[in-house]
Amino acid sequence: MSDNNQQNTPAPGAAPEPAAASASASAPASASAPASSPAPQPAAAPAPKPDTEAPRSNKILNEILGGSFLISILAVLLALIAGAILIAATNEDVQTASGYFFSRPGDTLGAIWQAVSGAYSALFQGSVYNFRRDSFADGIKPLTETLTFATPLIAAGLGVGLAFRVGLFNIGGRGQMLIAAACAGWVGFSFQLPAPLHITLAVLAGIAGGAIWGGLVGFLKARTGAHEVILTIMLNYVAFYLISYMLRTPGLLQAPGSPNPKSPPMAETAVFPALFGSKYNLHLGFILVIVATALVWYLLNRSSLGFRFRAVGENPNAAKVAGIDVKNTYVYAMLFSGGLVGLAGVSQVLGTVTGGFSGGIDAGIGFDAITVALLGRSKPIGIFFAGILFGAFKAGGFSMQAAEGVPVDIVVVVQSLIVLFIAAPPLVRAIFFLPKPGGRARRVLPNVSKEVAAK
Amino acid sequence: MSVTTPNTPHETVDPVDDGLEKAVVKKWKAPIAFAIFVIISALLFFVARRDGVTELRLSAENDAIKLPSIEAPVMATGIVVVILLALMTAGAFWLANQAKRIPLWLTAVFGIVFMYGFLTWAGADKSIPITGLLLGSVALSAPLIFGALGGVISERVGVVNVAIEGQLLAGAFLSAFVASITRNPFAGLLAAIVAGVLVSFVLAAFAIKYLVDQVIVGVVLNVLVAGLTSFLYSTVLSSNTEAFNTPPRLPRIPIPLLSDIPILGRVLFDQTIIIYLMYIAIALVFYGLFFTKWGLRLRAVGEHPQAADTVGIRVNSTRFWNVSIAGAIAGLGGAYFTLGSVGGFTKEMTAGAGFIALAAVIFGRWDPIRATLAALLFGFATNLQNTLGAIGSGVPSEFLLMLPYLVTIFAVAGLVGQVRGPAASGKPYIKS
Repeated sequence: MSDNNQQNTPAPGAAPEPAAASASASAPASASAPASSPAPQPAAAPAPKPDTEAPRSNKILNEILGGSFLISILAVLLALIAGAILIAATNEDVQTASGYFFSRPGDTLGAIWQAVSGAYSALFQGSVYNFRRDSFADGIKPLTETLTFATPLIAAGLGVGLAFRVGLFNIGGRGQMLIAAACAGWVGFSFQLPAPLHITLAVLAGIAGGAIWGGLVGFLKARTGAHEVILTIMLNYVAFYLISYMLRTPGLLQAPGSPNPKSPPMAETAVFPALFGSKYNLHLGFILVIVATALVWYLLNRSSLGFRFRAVGENPNAAKVAGIDVKNTYVYAMLFSGGLVGLAGVSQVLGTVTGGFSGGIDAGIGFDAITVALLGRSKPIGIFFAGILFGAFKAGGFSMQAAEGVPVDIVVVVQSLIVLFIAAPPLVRAIFFLPKPGGRARRVLPNVSKEVAAK
Repeated sequence: MSVTTPNTPHETVDPVDDGLEKAVVKKWKAPIAFAIFVIISALLFFVARRDGVTELRLSAENDAIKLPSIEAPVMATGIVVVILLALMTAGAFWLANQAKRIPLWLTAVFGIVFMYGFLTWAGADKSIPITGLLLGSVALSAPLIFGALGGVISERVGVVNVAIEGQLLAGAFLSAFVASITRNPFAGLLAAIVAGVLVSFVLAAFAIKYLVDQVIVGVVLNVLVAGLTSFLYSTVLSSNTEAFNTPPRLPRIPIPLLSDIPILGRVLFDQTIIIYLMYIAIALVFYGLFFTKWGLRLRAVGEHPQAADTVGIRVNSTRFWNVSIAGAIAGLGGAYFTLGSVGGFTKEMTAGAGFIALAAVIFGRWDPIRATLAALLFGFATNLQNTLGAIGSGVPSEFLLMLPYLVTIFAVAGLVGQVRGPAASGKPYIKS
């Protein structure tokens, strides 16, 4: 966890090793820094010459983002298989049947099939379409639940993914969501305004809160070189205790006359209206998230600020040489990232949990967002669908717990396994006997520059 | 930190007489931090003033040697404390002006005097059990210290270990499970080590073999272990709590004579075996890192893998096995949650301790002793909040709980002192 060196300075040993591997990744960049001889002197040189070799972290990030679609599908499949093994292993019928496995192996296999298919069909019926309901309107309700769960995941995933594109790890989703929720919630319950204005104000306040909490990280990183991972983790706790204090202090966020650390319910005018009537929980936040996805796509792919974001993410040293103010870019990136994560907090407070919020309003979305962003390969469209997939896991996980008694925690396991597998394409290829791309024997670096070429 | 950014004046020239021009660097951050604390204490005593007498209890009921309690009048103590702190701050400024380092003991004494003053202020007209305060601090620090030692080893060898939280949690889970089944807490200790090593294997495999970004692996591993242990807790442990989740607790083993020392004796030498293992681990890691071949190789791999490879050290296998050792130590810390204190395992019972341990690693500048001290500080801050909450002092507990994290932010932002990690930490090594 060395600090900004990873971004700004070459590690003494970094010069020769990645040169060959990186030729495809950052051809223009490494051209001006010909692989210096491995003589052990680079550390001693005061080096006013700007070093343009991309730091390793960026390349690895690019590699993760540049993998193929097939790997994503296979990773999901592998994770589901692992989840099935867990479900089967902890199922009581399976355990009983395996006691006499050698006399009647069919019983064990049948029990395994029962347990796994039961759990996964409950997962499906809880997240997409419930066949046990009569009318279509009832049957489709799980899908709207999925989208409701997906709403904050997509928003936060966009924020985390945007930071990834700039080469930053925003693990501070929890803190940013809490601050945003508190800001939006405060506006939501303490003012009396006409509905459209009230909603707009509350949303803006929340986004601003998240942006400030995130921008603080960018500012500290830019000014002092502190590592954003540590800063965001620490600020998560600071935000949590700050909000806890405010929630139990009358006059700040606590509901008047209540002993619980909980805020008053949102005013009617500030609550997101339901999209398809009161029967479904899906709310305006989903529309906002679609808009946000489009905006982030535009920002990253069509705007000059987005170009700077991507340039810094690809290689901050090269970006610096090209005249981009890397430090300011970090601040802007964290402002946007925090704002988007803040939108997730807003949608929680104004859309999902409108009856007043407590310290757990973030519901682990800040961390889930990391997995969403990784699964979506940090691209807005990808994040959108990754968010829906994980939303489906969440929605289905609860009905699976209710129907089959499989604890909802299995969903967390499957999600994190998906990300692990996606992050290691060579592992997935080895499991499925896929050929290595480019036929390189030892190098485990797949085609890195795909993302750049696609633009 | 500033190898190629010439505009930052951090890098000092070694005081070797080589006839070259030397830059004299005066560091003002520490004295300024001291001054801030002086101002804080002055504000506490003279602006938010409280009157009365604070009783600081030094002995518990059943101590062999009884010490009388200290009755400290708040106002008088405040004046003395502020004057002492101001004197030390002046000394710090003088040292800084001479371009000398501020010795660690001065910082320690400063901290103790400040804490004494703060306790007196916070506990006005109440009685504060000093032994209990320290005892709880050691208890709360133990997992942090184990985690921090694991973090130090792992990062020194060049693998960022964000997965400390996962290693602690896995250690806590498996130790509770195995100790319950075998009815033997020592088997539980062994299981905790195995659990930590298993998590480390995954971290090392993904970070070293598959070159996945180490921070990502760490974060995801934490989530994975949390999910896995919660799932198994709900399905296996809760199905039969009696058989699977009632581990026997480790007995306290008072060390003869030493445990009779007033105050510190009970705090340090009347503990479970985990705490004694912790003392051994601290000493071993410190000695091993800086005085053995193993430590030299480890640090070489973490600072400059290219050079280490050139002289024939196998970089990746060194990394792999040392990350495993780190996992073993962190896993042992996880056992403290179950076998050392509470007993049974509960969902996500580590509650972010791994992240605080990570903060202690950085705050302790990747040095085992400093990291231990940082972990102790964090444990103390947490327990201070508990104690003050119990006696009903007016300080909002959330702000005390926030303190370790704020201190860490200050530390990494370079306001407390320059923080510089192992050069190759976080970078996978590909042999060319």
